[in-house]
Amino acid sequence: MTSLLTFPKGGVHPPESKAQTSQLSIESMPVPDELELILGQHIGAPCTPTVAKRGEVNEGDIIGEVSKGLGVPLHSPVAGKVKDLGSSAHPMRVSSPSITIAVNHEAEPRRYQERDWHSYEPKELLGMVKDAGIIGIGGAGFPTHVKLSPPPDNPIDTLLLNGAECEPYITSDHRQMLEYAADIVEGAKIILKILGIKQCAIGIESNKPDAILAMTEAARAGSTADFSLSVKALTVKYPQGSEKQLIQAITGRKVPAMALPSAVGVVVHNVSTARAIRDAVVLGKPLCDKVVTIAGKGIARPANLLVKVGTKISDIVNYLGGLKPDLAKIVMGGPMMGFAVSNLEIPVTKTTSAILFLAADEIDTAPHSQCIRCGWCLDACPMGLEPKEIAIYVEAGRPQDTAQFGVFECFECGSCAYVCPAKRPIVQFVRLAKMKAKR
Amino acid sequence: MDPALIKIAIGGVVLLGCIGLFFGIGLAIAAHKFAVETNPLIEEVLESLPLAQCGGCGYPGCEGYAIAVVTDPDVPPNLCFPGKERVAAVVAELTGKKLTAVEDQIAVVRCSREEGRVSHKHEYIGFASCTAANLGFGGPSSCQYACIGLGECAEVCPFDAITMVENFPVVNPDKCVSCGACVRTCPKKIIEIQTLKARVYVPCSTMDMGNKVKAVCQVGCIACKLCVKACPAGAVAYENNRIKIDHKACIAYGPSCNEACVAKCPRDIFRTYQGREVIARKPELGLKMAG
Amino acid sequence: MWTVVACLIPPLLLSVFVFGIQVLLITAVSVASCVAVEAASQKMLGRRVTVRDGSAVITGMLLAFVIPPGVSPLLPVLGAVMAIYIGKHVLGGIGYNIFNPALLGRAFLLATFPVAMTSAWLPPLKDIAVFSYLGEGINAVSTATPLAVIKEQGMAAFTEMFGSGASLYSSFFLGWRPGCIGETSGFLIVLGGLYLMYRKYITWHIPVSVIGTVALLSWIFAGDTYFTGDPLLAVLSGGVLLGAFYMANDYVTCPSNKISQLVYGVGIGALTVMIRLKGGYPEGICYAILLMNAMSPVLDGWFKPRRFAPPVGGGR
Repeated sequence: MTSLLTFPKGGVHPPESKAQTSQLSIESMPVPDELELILGQHIGAPCTPTVAKRGEVNEGDIIGEVSKGLGVPLHSPVAGKVKDLGSSAHPMRVSSPSITIAVNHEAEPRRYQERDWHSYEPKELLGMVKDAGIIGIGGAGFPTHVKLSPPPDNPIDTLLLNGAECEPYITSDHRQMLEYAADIVEGAKIILKILGIKQCAIGIESNKPDAILAMTEAARAGSTADFSLSVKALTVKYPQGSEKQLIQAITGRKVPAMALPSAVGVVVHNVSTARAIRDAVVLGKPLCDKVVTIAGKGIARPANLLVKVGTKISDIVNYLGGLKPDLAKIVMGGPMMGFAVSNLEIPVTKTTSAILFLAADEIDTAPHSQCIRCGWCLDACPMGLEPKEIAIYVEAGRPQDTAQFGVFECFECGSCAYVCPAKRPIVQFVRLAKMKAKR
Repeated sequence: MDPALIKIAIGGVVLLGCIGLFFGIGLAIAAHKFAVETNPLIEEVLESLPLAQCGGCGYPGCEGYAIAVVTDPDVPPNLCFPGKERVAAVVAELTGKKLTAVEDQIAVVRCSREEGRVSHKHEYIGFASCTAANLGFGGPSSCQYACIGLGECAEVCPFDAITMVENFPVVNPDKCVSCGACVRTCPKKIIEIQTLKARVYVPCSTMDMGNKVKAVCQVGCIACKLCVKACPAGAVAYENNRIKIDHKACIAYGPSCNEACVAKCPRDIFRTYQGREVIARKPELGLKMAG
Repeated sequence: MWTVVACLIPPLLLSVFVFGIQVLLITAVSVASCVAVEAASQKMLGRRVTVRDGSAVITGMLLAFVIPPGVSPLLPVLGAVMAIYIGKHVLGGIGYNIFNPALLGRAFLLATFPVAMTSAWLPPLKDIAVFSYLGEGINAVSTATPLAVIKEQGMAAFTEMFGSGASLYSSFFLGWRPGCIGETSGFLIVLGGLYLMYRKYITWHIPVSVIGTVALLSWIFAGDTYFTGDPLLAVLSGGVLLGAFYMANDYVTCPSNKISQLVYGVGIGALTVMIRLKGGYPEGICYAILLMNAMSPVLDGWFKPRRFAPPVGGGR
């Protein structure tokens, strides 16, 4: 193995806490009686439902479409009956319009036929990706077909697959790379064909040696004269999996602020997105299930679960044997960037990669104090910003003046808040600053 | 005295005098050449304003309003809320505009979190600001239209008219000039400016449906619309999933309806409002009231 | 915070051996009054009382460390009021103070009790068996600090009093010389500082730049002719080590960015040497740090961290 790659500036080393689930194979969770599909799964305008109340739906049927703007269709993960078109709790927004489907357990699960994708044109492949409702399931939820059609004035030369999984606790990408390495590589080749390029690098943090091995072998097996795939081992450092940091670590290129990776000739996708693309193109299967890591000391049985999109947290909790009494906080997503949730009725979305049930000793609830200007956040910030200044300005009631510190370049990785000895909620200050500065 | 010293002294005086003269002439030329044309009327109007810089008029500061009211014939002279009738009269006289009545208004918080016993759905730990708390899941209250209670309105009030009593804003009618600073800052948008002559008010801002409101609040509006039907003046409307009262129509109709809406409301969320006195609240709950 | 307190205890204990038990009394009074003043001012100003975080204890210890061992134990009480109340809480509490509170306390004491603060030195106790061999190089025990002797009586008198060569350096390095309570033992201060660096509480930037600048400028300018000064003596004879590791490094009052920290350290070193050689006081580290404290927000404004990739065209 060659030396490990990393980004030079900033970063932190939170405890990895991945041992709880990294050895557990992906387990398919039985479909619950009811699914709640949020219509705004992706960035952009939410879908409008295409089904009526009490209508019958089959597995894989389109139930929501986007009429204008960014977006992808939404599919029913199961056969069943539309129970309600209402609103349900949402992990980030307070509530969001949704479709509730009562599951018909008798229905035959749909079978998907494998087909050879090599004969399709890139345009057709792109259409398949869009029609399968694929979005960036690593977290951002950006519609994938948009990312796969970069502006023509920026020639793309490299595809990066993000398998860094730098957030503590989460192991869903890790398990997928172990168990579906060949599928991920095939998905990568489909993306390469769509983009019309040859180079693909798969970045994986070195704390997953088994995944690096599996992916290296799959990449070697999958490399042909047209496609050259390689695996790059990365230093274990948060936020290694952030798009800009990953690009810098692997290619050495710096994406300018407010620009997309295509500005430096790179397209980045998550490994699980690549797998979803493979399923969509090879099997014709829409994106309606998700591998979710369930971890933390507050859940009876941690697991890597394959769940249908729309499964409520409460169903997952019941399936895994319930909550433990010392549960203190539930976080959707990783502990660094995830959102604390206060409602077990929130459904899993396409972008949910983990649900953490954290016990009191895994979280910190101490009140924050004033900034002592130690400057640790300056050293931790991977973007070279001044988080302390932003926080102080917001606290002093001047959030509109924080643009000079580059508040809009911040991608809220939380490294600053992690190192802060005064336990200041710096990310929250930043979000407030972004909101008020925009006004 | 030593003549040499006198010589030096005279030299100094002459030198400094020359420098002073040079700069004086320079400044005089500059003042003349780069003079900013100011309308003396603007100065006069500005002097008549209370200079609270509250922004209630909708212009950037008192000077902004002074310029607007002098230069723009469509800007009415009664926009200065802290100044009330006295300032409006002076401004109207200075600008020669027609004085329209200044309505006494007050900010009201359209929420009954305490009476409704709205519980917390989560504990909020972080920067004590309503906007910040609202970013995380719409604030800690189970009702997403409930007052968060971290006092951002009290903080921004330029007249110290809002005090936080048990994490709930209480508006002091003697201090409130209805500038609207609180209305603009409230992330829940549950503060409203309404006339002091209003007869009723609805301390609930929910846009949720009945069963959802019943689940989280004991008094919240359940959108039964009995009030809309009961009002003989047609002053109560249900707009954007929220009760909206046309106070003008209500006051014009007069007291002969005996506040039919208040009587009809099954949730006690319609309250009679007696302006400057005390905002009517259910007395048995024994809430402290200021003002 | 408590780690810093732990790092300050060895120099204090050595000081007790060197100067006698009254050192402990002064330090105890200083710490107790700092904690009391902190609690009282936080109560008075309606803030959360945070004496448990240990910052007042550190200020108290550092205040004691920079006053002579022979002063009245009442002096640190006044110093504590100045340091904690005026120097910290009036300015907004921890995080908002411009100047290092302990040094502000010392500067106040130096201005109000100049005689006590510049003459209450004690000679190292010679009759403690454990340490007696260290004193062999010292011919005449002085009750003036080495720097004062150099400044007022010249190098010759200094050599006569304290000796020269390896024994001089070793006794100075281990703490066997007159001086302020906590500044004498270079060895223990450096040891504590290195431990703090190992624990990543402080970085090398400020100590290295301060000590390096003092050594370099002393080598150039402190001798009779250029480039004949004694850099080692310059570093060991005053409060440079204590200042570099514990005072200049105070999070609140030093710049946050690494480049500005280096500039800040160089500034402290240069001002220290300037005050020592050209100013009225024999030792300049205290005022040097206070002056550079005032500069640190400006330095942070000048030297911004390098942004990952600022927007093309300089920002929005």
